[in-house]
Amino acid sequence: MTQQPTRVAHTPLHVRGEVLSSKRIGAYRHLTLVAPGMAERHRPGTFVAVSVGHTRPRAHLARRSYWVHRVRPTGSHGATLEVVVEPTGTGGTWLAGLDQGDPIEVTGPLGRPFALPKEPVTCLLVGEGYAAAPLFPLAERLRERGCTVTMLLAAPDEAHLLGTLDARRTARAVTVVTGDGSVGAKGTVAEVAPEVVAKSGADVVYATGSHEGLHAVAAAAEAQGAWSQTGVAVDQPCGTGLCFGCTIPVVGEAGSPRHVRACVEGPVFRGDRVRWTDLRTEPR
Amino acid sequence: MTATAPEVAIAGLALASPVLVAAGCGGTGRELAALDGLTGVGGFVTRTITLDPREGHPGRRVHETDAGFVHATGLANPGLHQFLATELPWLAAADVRTVVSVAASSLGEYADLARRLGDSPGVDGLELDLATPDGPALGLFDTREPFQAARAVAAVRRDLPRGTALLAKVGHDPLRVVETARAVAEAGADAVVLGNALPALLPDGRPGGLSGPAVRPVALRTVAEVHAALPGLPLVGAGGAAGADHVRAFLAAGATAVQIGAALLHDPTCAARAAADLRGET
Ligand SMILES: Cc1cc2nc3c(=O)[nH]c(=O)nc-3n(C[C@H](O)[C@H](O)[C@H](O)COP(=O)(O)O)c2cc1C
Repeated sequence: MTQQPTRVAHTPLHVRGEVLSSKRIGAYRHLTLVAPGMAERHRPGTFVAVSVGHTRPRAHLARRSYWVHRVRPTGSHGATLEVVVEPTGTGGTWLAGLDQGDPIEVTGPLGRPFALPKEPVTCLLVGEGYAAAPLFPLAERLRERGCTVTMLLAAPDEAHLLGTLDARRTARAVTVVTGDGSVGAKGTVAEVAPEVVAKSGADVVYATGSHEGLHAVAAAAEAQGAWSQTGVAVDQPCGTGLCFGCTIPVVGEAGSPRHVRACVEGPVFRGDRVRWTDLRTEPR
Repeated sequence: MTATAPEVAIAGLALASPVLVAAGCGGTGRELAALDGLTGVGGFVTRTITLDPREGHPGRRVHETDAGFVHATGLANPGLHQFLATELPWLAAADVRTVVSVAASSLGEYADLARRLGDSPGVDGLELDLATPDGPALGLFDTREPFQAARAVAAVRRDLPRGTALLAKVGHDPLRVVETARAVAEAGADAVVLGNALPALLPDGRPGGLSGPAVRPVALRTVAEVHAALPGLPLVGAGGAAGADHVRAFLAAGATAVQIGAALLHDPTCAARAAADLRGET
């Protein structure tokens, strides 16, 4: 009725799913979700929005958005998707406490994915903490296209570092920095971005993490003449484009300043399109 | 669409269901449709459109509280011209009644909006947003006094084709709501929407509005009061409705139709499901 045929495969779904497993890895909980039809539609950089709470009507009305970390086929449940949950805040604590078999209401995949290069170019992937989650399926896609992939992973400490083992399997070179120096060099993405981006010789830099880190990566990429694709996370009341509540300050088509919805026009933006200083100073 | 529906009509505008999507809570319509959120609903009300584009408030605009959402979008919208070019065509082609919510900074602008939207194919009705919290601070024509709200309605009525329904959305102000509803009805509104957010404060101290569950008992009260005072006037209730039971409560209080807003942010399918439930499909 209202859908364009060519877009059907990427339209999101709203489903009652189920927790297939919940595993603690470092400071995070990795939740594998059965959400019929959703995993098949996933492209790296998209996310899912979940409802918090079992009882209805629910006390918590805002949805909580999570990057899709992994999509896996299973024999009995179709494809599943995995999200990485930091057990903090109302939503994170609730999700992290879910057990196998618990129901969960989930909408997705949502948002615009990372743009993939047509040529087999050199790519640097930069991720901070749990926000590195979508970089792993991205790395696989890039390698399938013959791209050279290097990674920079960062976190405050070892427990909050995501996927360093996986990274060594997928990427040609991996740099790790932690705030306390417990793994790799001591430092933050914002501090090491200029050097790592320059050394990588990347044509495209993909990054997810803090706004400060993304700002530094986008600036370093621009200085280097590289493209950047940044996954910008802000709190999203609905995640589905309905409320115009999660806006990001960008440079519009005609060079004019604009605010656009992070959930439908993002979460992935070209780094040179985001007005980073405004993003970091607007009330959040 | 199966027509076991309790079809309703507002000013000759037949609606497939008494359940409508409230202004500002359904994106551009496309996002809801992609999730089957528009299926079988009686109508879609756009976010409020102004003549000129408005950038809206910077930063975070919607906050969760334990009583509902506190929000202040600053009337972010692309302006009439862009709306007509990029959003209305899709709505006109979609299988849903379209009501365009509008607000203006002067009576002349109201008349302009009426002429241009009244001439546009696919516009089934206009909803005048007369009760946006802090409208005057946003530069809108001040409609807090009932006679001023009536002037805005009259300005639109004069220039709106008869076939286009005119809805006037007034706030839940318990002291003035009957007087305001009477004034806008006499000025030519076909129906009165009792809705919008209650004035509230954002956590960062900026002014905004409260929507969601906490508003429902208040909204039911204003619907009941206006219905008692003006029994012949079609009323559309809005405030905290999330499902078919809430819709039934509004209908029982005297509403002809009910808008669902904030609840869609939580569950984009809830209006479609409420409409299906009322048709006896669940
Ligand atoms: C995020 C958000 C944006 C809104 N934007 C508008 C708007 O542009 N125009 C308007 O008339 N009402 C707007 N409203 C008010 C709703 O249309 C509705 O009247 C009100 O929220 C009460 O109903 P509810 O509790 O079901 O949301 C908005 C509400 C929310 C939550």
